Parts: sequence; C-alpha cells; structure tokens
Amino acid sequence: MGNRPTWAIPYIIFMAIFVVAPLFLVAYYSFVDDQGFTLRYFQKFFLQPDSVNTFIYSIGIALITTMVCILIGYPAAYFMANSKYGTPKVMAMLFILPMWINVLLRTLATVALFDFINIPLGEGALVFGMVYNFLPFMIYPIYNTLQKMDHSLVEAGYDLGASPRRVFTDIVLPLSMPGVYSGIVMVFMPTISTFAVAELLTMNNVKLFGTVIQENINAGLLNYGSALSLIMLLIIGFTSFLGDE
Amino acid sequence: MANLYLWILLAVLYAPIAIILIFSFTEAKVLGSWSGFSTELYSSLFRGDAGSSLNQAIFNTVVIALVAASVSTVLGSIAAIGIYNMKRGQRRVVSFVNSIPMINPDIITGISIFLLFVFLGIGRGLGTVICAHIAFCTPYVVLSVMPRLMKMNPSIYEAALDLGATPFMALQKVLIPELRPGMLSGFMLALTLSIDDFAVTLFTKGSGGVDTLSTFIYADARKGGLTPELRPLFAIIFIVILLLLIIRNYRASKTSHQV
Repeated sequence: MGNRPTWAIPYIIFMAIFVVAPLFLVAYYSFVDDQGFTLRYFQKFFLQPDSVNTFIYSIGIALITTMVCILIGYPAAYFMANSKYGTPKVMAMLFILPMWINVLLRTLATVALFDFINIPLGEGALVFGMVYNFLPFMIYPIYNTLQKMDHSLVEAGYDLGASPRRVFTDIVLPLSMPGVYSGIVMVFMPTISTFAVAELLTMNNVKLFGTVIQENINAGLLNYGSALSLIMLLIIGFTSFLGDE
Repeated sequence: MANLYLWILLAVLYAPIAIILIFSFTEAKVLGSWSGFSTELYSSLFRGDAGSSLNQAIFNTVVIALVAASVSTVLGSIAAIGIYNMKRGQRRVVSFVNSIPMINPDIITGISIFLLFVFLGIGRGLGTVICAHIAFCTPYVVLSVMPRLMKMNPSIYEAALDLGATPFMALQKVLIPELRPGMLSGFMLALTLSIDDFAVTLFTKGSGGVDTLSTFIYADARKGGLTPELRPLFAIIFIVILLLLIIRNYRASKTSHQV
C-alpha cells in the first residue's frame, strides 16, 4: 500500500518527456541557435513594427471578443440560472452542442452564412466568429456560479427594501464575479492563440499573432517561431496568474 | 423576454450548423449555393467516392482518437491512484504539471512537441500524432478519475487485501469498479478532444500525408474548395451526437424521478 505513489511514475515520465521538456525546448530554441546564445530573435520581434503591431492587434481583438462574450453571455447565464421553467439543463446542453462540430467546419459555415447575407469578411466577421466559437466558455462558468449562489442573500436584500437593481449590482453581480473571471480566462486565452479560424474568416486578410507564429514555424524559422511562442506563453502565464488572483 | 433572448441567441449559434445541414441535401460544389434537392452527397459519401484522402482522413481520425483515448485512460487512471496517495508537496508539483496542457494554447502544445521531435531527430507521422494526443488528453482523464478516488472509502481496498486478495485481484474487483464512471467520462472526454483537435495534429503530423478530418478540412479550405461530402458527414455526426445527448438526458431525468 505504501508504494502506491509509485503508480504515478509512468505518467510523470511521460509528462516530463512530452510536456515539460518541449516547453524547455521552446525557451532553448528562442535563445540558442547555431552560433550559440543570442537575443537576436527577440530583437527581430521588437524591431519589426509589423510583428509588434500584429501582436498588439491580436491582444486588442482578444479583448474585444472577451468583452462581447461577457456582454452577450452574462445575460444568457443569468436568464438560464433564474429560469422558472425546468429547462436550464436542456438550455445548457444546447449551448454546448455546437462545440461538437469541428471548429473549422463551423467557421467555414459561418463564412458561407456571411456570404449568404452579404456581410463582408473582415474584422467584424472575425470578432463574430470568435465570439461564436468561445461564447459557451463564458456562459458556463457564470451560469455555474449563479446557480450555486445562496439565494437567501437575494431574498434578504429584497426584505431589507432594496430595489431589484440594487439587489443585482450589490449582491448578484459581486457574487458572480468568480465565474466572470474564469470566463474571461477561458475566452481570452484561446482567442489570443487562434490561427486557422482567423485565417478562414478573413480570407487571410487579417493576420493574428497565432498565424504569424505558425507561418514562421512552417517556413522552418524555428528559432524565431520559438521566440514568438515564448512571448505568447508569457501572455498566457500572465493571464492565468491574473485569473488565479 | 428572458427566454426570447436565449432562443434568439441559440438561433444565431445554430445558423451555421443549419447551413451545413441544409446544404448537405444539394449537390452544388460550393457551400451556400443550391442546385435542387438531392441525397447524392450522402450516397457518394458512403460509396467512398469523395476520394481516398477523405476516407483515409476519417480512418486516421478514428484510429488516433481510439488509441490516444485508450492509452490516456489507462495511463491517467493509474496515475490518478498514484497522485492520490502522494504526500502533499509531491502532489502539488504533479498537479501543476498536469494542468499545463490544459492551460497551454493548442498552438504552443503543438509547436513545443514539434520541437521535441525536431530536437530528437524523430520523423513525424501517425505515431508522433498519437503521442501528442496522449499528452494533452491524459490530464483530463486524471481530473475525471480523481473525484471518484476522493469519494471512495480507502478501507475497502485494504479490506480486500486483508481478506487475502492479491493486489491485482483487489485492483480488478474493488478499485476498477469504483473508478469506472470516472474512467469512462475521462475516456469520452479524451475521445472528443482528440477528434476535435486541429493545431496539435497540424504540427505533429509531418508532411507524410497523415491527415485527420481537421487538417484535411484545413488543407481543403486553403485550396479554396471544400469537399462537398464533408457536409453530409458532419450532418450525420451532429445528428448522432444530438440523439445521444437526448437519450442520456431522458434517461437521467427518468432515474432522477425514480429516486
């Protein structure tokens, strides 16, 4: 019995090889090339206005997507959690269901839909596509915290004479913030790193940071691609750190 | 009012899927143009007329998903038992490593594993894709099995050993039945994640023509024309999943009423 922690050893070895070592390799390739240690790939990034702009632009698109997801997703989660009918479970299922269709195919169908109603492909389409793909990740955590919320607090608020508006802003909203935070992390992180979806939604007119990374790796520029990946990793680490706080 | 909002939102969310479903019943090459009702795409899908590369991609997707999900389930369940029995400090370290593939964006997971194969000089193909899929699926299995372990009474396993069962018998008769629901949901989750994956596969598949459905669609879309048979294929997948969820929901509501 005492030796059962050893059961995790195969997994630990596997993870060391396929998760931990590869991440160190990303750092290694960013700083080391044929000529030894170098900072030239980070220099290249910061000296090219193009790549820095794409980087900032991607963060902007991710922020806008996250904001739109909150604005659309919060009411949806709120209505679902407060539904008087016995349908919230079915509703929750319906919001998850589209995720089972391949993301690229859904994106292509979105493109077809936009063609159909003559909406030009561009930034608007991009944000719509991203919101469409990641909205369930926002609705779900908010819905969960709202459902687990202690409802007697809401009743107490009403009993003490608060208006519905004050009950919402002073009780419901603060209590649901943990859900909003995890929703933000779950939407922001995948949006900042998508590449193919953006490519298909804008006919490759709008380039996101993920696309730039992929193009460099594809072109065999492993060192520069790794340096860009490391920069993205820092953003991700920072976001998940903020999410934990 | 509240329900109206939800239904409008759902209508928008389902519009693209409706497009796939509707246009699976016409022969037109381009998604979005209608050339009259026809079930030709369905028959051509089942005859395998769409070309060997699509058939191969479907086959690869299924093989990769089944192998990766099975290995992840075994590896993850055993690991969960080990992690559960660890001391606190060790457990925190392993749990942190376990969470890395879940937090990491797909593109980083894909590129980092790609770099590993480059560094080791391993040629990419089906095997490397499967290894990469196991790497990002197993953490979810660990997380699915862990709650079952927490709920389990540890003395049952001890009792089996005290009553003379070999550790293997105790595993078979006590541990596995207790953990089965968690293992099953972990397996299903791994299956879904593997089938759905695009980025990790793209970076680990190499140029040897090992395509899954995702990478096939991507290559197709970049060439400009989407193979029309993909429409009936995904219409069928969607309907099957819808039915499965309805059945499960129906069963769950039935059992919960009985209790």
